[in-house]
Amino acid sequence: MRLDQTDQQLINHFQRHLPVCERPYLEMSRQLGISEQEVIERLQSLQSHDVVGRVGPVFEHSQAGASLLAAVAAPEEQMDLVAARINRAPGVNHNYAREHTYNLWFVMTAPDYELLEEHLDELEQELKLPMLRLPMVEGYHIDLGFDIDWEALS
Amino acid sequence: MSTSTSLSDAAVHNGFVMTERDRELILATQAGLPLVSDPWAELGTKLNMDADEVLSRFQTLQDAGVIRRVAAVPDHYRLGYRYNGMTVWDIADDRIAELGAVIGELPFVSHCYRRPRHLPYWSFNLFAMVHGTTREEVEDKAAQIRAVLGDACRQHTILYSSAILKKTGLRLRK
Repeated sequence: MRLDQTDQQLINHFQRHLPVCERPYLEMSRQLGISEQEVIERLQSLQSHDVVGRVGPVFEHSQAGASLLAAVAAPEEQMDLVAARINRAPGVNHNYAREHTYNLWFVMTAPDYELLEEHLDELEQELKLPMLRLPMVEGYHIDLGFDIDWEALS
Repeated sequence: MSTSTSLSDAAVHNGFVMTERDRELILATQAGLPLVSDPWAELGTKLNMDADEVLSRFQTLQDAGVIRRVAAVPDHYRLGYRYNGMTVWDIADDRIAELGAVIGELPFVSHCYRRPRHLPYWSFNLFAMVHGTTREEVEDKAAQIRAVLGDACRQHTILYSSAILKKTGLRLRK
């Protein structure tokens, strides 16, 4: 999908916050200088092309229970198997392969820390691989996106 | 076994007590708001609530911090940011609070966290996520971070992602 300037502006303006008011898309349309219907159509189109994942609330994980980033060093030939086991474990919502000795990085969530530790222990035993557990000690910038460099993308 | 997170166990926070109606609203909106002129009325029809009640509950969830923000969240990979570099840094403990805040403010950093070391296996305590259309772009951004950190940084590396094996947002258990 080719994004025109209005699509880019829409993402620039509203990737961090959009107005929560009676008519959010009308308010957005005023800021962009287009009609409400056009905002809705553009959002539908961006969404159907997976350029925008969702238009809506981002929930605070820490208030929804416990979550933790963990990593394992899987032998190269077992990567797929280990990754599949991690994905099957309860509460895993992210799993990335990364180029490093620790080559699988995943986030596990659970209703509370006790349960989270339990699930991580179980997974560690199943995988028979030592697991790096890296809870967040402090957040300096938490998932607020970043300024998109449209020129570099074009 | 459910693979999702329950909000019910953390329902009390900031003096806010989540009700069953709030949970219903979260379930109805976690995949996104309806893309119609009056999204609150449409949700209200589904949830058997007035549009006003939907909106005011939604705002209350936001004020209580259950909803961190409301946004049109772009998929950076789909936009063309093919390179995702988790830059990790070994920073002197007595400098990390000050420097973490500075790095988190850089316009190209999407996440910045302090995490524990696990010596001798893992010595990095500051994580900053950067994205680029090329590896060189990620490296250039890492170099900018390096310059800010100066001699407080003992070592660092970049872990590029080679595959996204799973990525789902927070989901409330039904």
